[in-house]
Amino acid sequence: METRSMRISLAIWSALVIAFLWIPLVIIGLYAFNKSNIQGWPISSWTLHWFSVTWHNPEARAAFWLSVKVALVTTGIALVLGTMAAAAVARFRFFGRDTISFLLVLPLALPGIITGTALLRFFDFANIRVSIWTIVIGHATFCVVVVYNNVVARLRRTSPSLIEASQDLGADGWQTFRFVLWPVLSTALVAGGLLAFALSFDEVIVTYFTAGAQETLPIFILDNIERGDQLPVVNVVAFFVIAVTAIPVILAQRVMRDTGVIGRGAAQVTEAVEAAEIPAV
Amino acid sequence: MSRIRKRHALAVVVLAAAVGALVVSAARIQAGNAATGVVTKIGKGEGRLNLVEWPYYSDKSFAKPFERQTGCIIHRKDAGTSGDMFSAMHANGGGGGGQWDLVSASGDASLRLIYAHDVKPIDIHLIPSWKDFIPVFKSPAHNTVNGQHYGVSVQWGPNTLIYNTKKVKPAPANWNLIYSKKYKGHVTIPNNPIQIADAALYLMKKKPSLGIKDPYELTQAQLTATVNLLKQQKPVLKRFWNYAPDEITSFKNGDVWLGAGWPYQTLQLQANKFPAKEIVPVPTTGWADTWMLASKAPHPNCALMWMKYVTTPKVEARQAYVFGETPVNPKACPYMNKIQKGLCNDYHLNEPGSYFKQIKFWKTPIPQCGWTKKQSCMDYNAWVQAWAQVTG
Amino acid sequence: MAIDAEALSAGPPLRRARLSLSGLLWRRPWLKALALLTPPLAAFLIVYIGSLVALFVASFWTINSFTATLEHTWTLANYRLIFSSAQPYLHVAGLTLKVAALVTLVDIVLALPLAYFMARLASRRTRALLFVMVLLPLWSSYLVRIYAWQEILAHDGVINWALNGIGLPDTNLAYSNWAVGIVFAYVWLPFVVLPVYAALERIPSSYLEASADLGARSFKTLRSVILPLALPGIVAGSIFAFSLTLGDYITPLLVGGTHSDFIGIEVYRSIGSSNVPFAAAFAAIPMLIMGVYLLIARRLGAFEAI
Repeated sequence: METRSMRISLAIWSALVIAFLWIPLVIIGLYAFNKSNIQGWPISSWTLHWFSVTWHNPEARAAFWLSVKVALVTTGIALVLGTMAAAAVARFRFFGRDTISFLLVLPLALPGIITGTALLRFFDFANIRVSIWTIVIGHATFCVVVVYNNVVARLRRTSPSLIEASQDLGADGWQTFRFVLWPVLSTALVAGGLLAFALSFDEVIVTYFTAGAQETLPIFILDNIERGDQLPVVNVVAFFVIAVTAIPVILAQRVMRDTGVIGRGAAQVTEAVEAAEIPAV
Repeated sequence: MSRIRKRHALAVVVLAAAVGALVVSAARIQAGNAATGVVTKIGKGEGRLNLVEWPYYSDKSFAKPFERQTGCIIHRKDAGTSGDMFSAMHANGGGGGGQWDLVSASGDASLRLIYAHDVKPIDIHLIPSWKDFIPVFKSPAHNTVNGQHYGVSVQWGPNTLIYNTKKVKPAPANWNLIYSKKYKGHVTIPNNPIQIADAALYLMKKKPSLGIKDPYELTQAQLTATVNLLKQQKPVLKRFWNYAPDEITSFKNGDVWLGAGWPYQTLQLQANKFPAKEIVPVPTTGWADTWMLASKAPHPNCALMWMKYVTTPKVEARQAYVFGETPVNPKACPYMNKIQKGLCNDYHLNEPGSYFKQIKFWKTPIPQCGWTKKQSCMDYNAWVQAWAQVTG
Repeated sequence: MAIDAEALSAGPPLRRARLSLSGLLWRRPWLKALALLTPPLAAFLIVYIGSLVALFVASFWTINSFTATLEHTWTLANYRLIFSSAQPYLHVAGLTLKVAALVTLVDIVLALPLAYFMARLASRRTRALLFVMVLLPLWSSYLVRIYAWQEILAHDGVINWALNGIGLPDTNLAYSNWAVGIVFAYVWLPFVVLPVYAALERIPSSYLEASADLGARSFKTLRSVILPLALPGIVAGSIFAFSLTLGDYITPLLVGGTHSDFIGIEVYRSIGSSNVPFAAAFAAIPMLIMGVYLLIARRLGAFEAI
């Protein structure tokens, strides 16, 4: 397997990459305490003033909650639609099946400015006024595929005979879903849902085109960056968001820890099960 | 695994399309009817006002009293560029889409909005402060067409030459320095096609043989010559700045020592104890903003009330201070000095009339040359493409 | 098949209804597929694909520059402009492609060892910690992270301050394509790490043990066993890095220099001057490139690994 020196080199490389990922975040955190509203280095004077300003800024709070709302609705839609599409694709063979995977990944694979412009022109044509719902639609286009892919991957590793067995035992569709499918899918849904939420929460380009007078958090940050006289506020906001989201992310990965997305042990278990089963078709 | 027949899949697609069409038609809303005719009186407020604006143009410090007085609650969309503003007003069928009432358009966008019929004229006498305005802002070419006022001027700013006093010695006296190699790699100019006019203005003096009479009305040959000047300038630049704070950061971090900017940047740098100064070499270009009424404005009365309110001296002073620009109403001067000593002077409000004649305010380039009937001038699209040649 | 008549006729009515519905759906699987597929497909076809097609069609039209209205006159003028050698657009597209490819490569090189370490070497606790540390940056604002980089790369910024501190000369990274590349590689890195990690995690240890048993040293195992199995994940990750770079305009605008004109910037500017046909035509280039890229990726199995 891996030699000791290889293991050490990999560990060092990993540490360096993680440092690369986090040093700018540390700097963001530092600038949240910067007295001056111009970002200069090194920071000459420190203050907690901007925390108070941000806390008392109703726009910042409103933007935060709007982003949370949009992300929640988007994630909900993505979970439902993504699972349905994944279930259909994983369980049935039909004409055009492969194309669906291809089509669904397009919003994520194509540049945001294309999605944003195309959607705006669609809303124009269909006479749909831009509102919080158009933002949600925009986000849903690229969030569905994230859930879809996770669920499809999970369903592929799940034997369909599980469902057959459940129905043999007399369970109807709902009971099968609740007692058999849900435990199998839950971690895939959590993983997909988390990523979908993150994508929606921080999205700015598509949102810019599909929003009206609504200010999501990224739009609020963009506005503040353009004005510039309260720049530390965006650093406070970013700092706050990282601190706050650490908790659900840590909790979520604990949920996933034992069954599937993380866990070599789980992978081995799954593989053993797959090896032992008789393929359904 | 079960096999699905092709015809079943087809049924799925057809059903999907049908459902989709149903959803779309359910979501359709009627576009607002285009109101016709010039508004000649201000009626009762409609309770709401939707603005497309530059950030801070409806800052709470002066918007809240307005909301209290008139009951018109303000909803705003902040734009980062003139292009964004134009897109917002032109979308959803144009005229503000039946959603937006007002837009604070700068001169590089105002004529485009007018010719695209996205804004409509108003009776300027509905704005009492108008008669006090600095004369050049009463009926400027960028918002008044054929005597019709498409909105009211609100604030303006000159384009200035900002320099780091420690690095740029001696102090510059005119625009020549940003085209020279002396500070190569430490210069910045705005990332905006309208910047072509600055270069054209420079060539007006440097190369009179080109025959440039108006920096916003350029023939093909004149545009080409201007683009060549900008291409020559490019190696001297460090970057093109997009937002005012960008330029401020570039100065503060030592990447840029000299650049075209606005009084706002200079004042911010000075407030942070940075050694920056600016000069306003005349002739120079400038920008001026107009509050324009959307042709399909759903709340025209609130809109007019806002136009009236925001041009009064006290509010003009407040907005000038908050955004970092200059009022069009000279009666704002004492109020500005009350907010901060010397503010009126810092923002060049108390200059004589001759000063304003030397500022060439932004104007959307259109095909009709005002100074000759024999040739046609390049339109805004041509300028955008020309600018791509400069930055690309 | 399972649901027998006895079960159907017994029990409360709701349960009987559910059972017969389940039975119906089981007997006619296409009905189930229909019910499952219709909502997402409908939403998708109408909204997204429809608007993409409309955008592409608009690229063959023009705009009346005076009134900014779309003119439905068919013409190739926009495309001719893009491919004209007198115009900068081909150069812009070339630069964007070059940077996108480089950024993708750099991200894969950075991500692969990290993902391998996380998937196969780290203890459970370390793995969890690393996973969180890779995921969390996605939650901090993209815009604010770019601004942090502005500060790091600036002439009087963090890097030069550190270099000067140990006696090294200044770098001149600020406002250049190097800066753009670094920032792009930085912001997309978590998107590349996650699929590569997922792919590596799925490799059963028995494969690696077998490879060692057969006498392969670690490098050979890496090349012949690990990389091929991880390839779908790598390709999936590369889709993100490549396409996000191809269409982004905010990063080059904020940290780019005088030669940092990217496809995204020109599309954005065209939309801002209401020249939707030209924007659509220029946007067709990344659309085409990504279409081809996705087809290749699908061949390589990437769609199972996102």
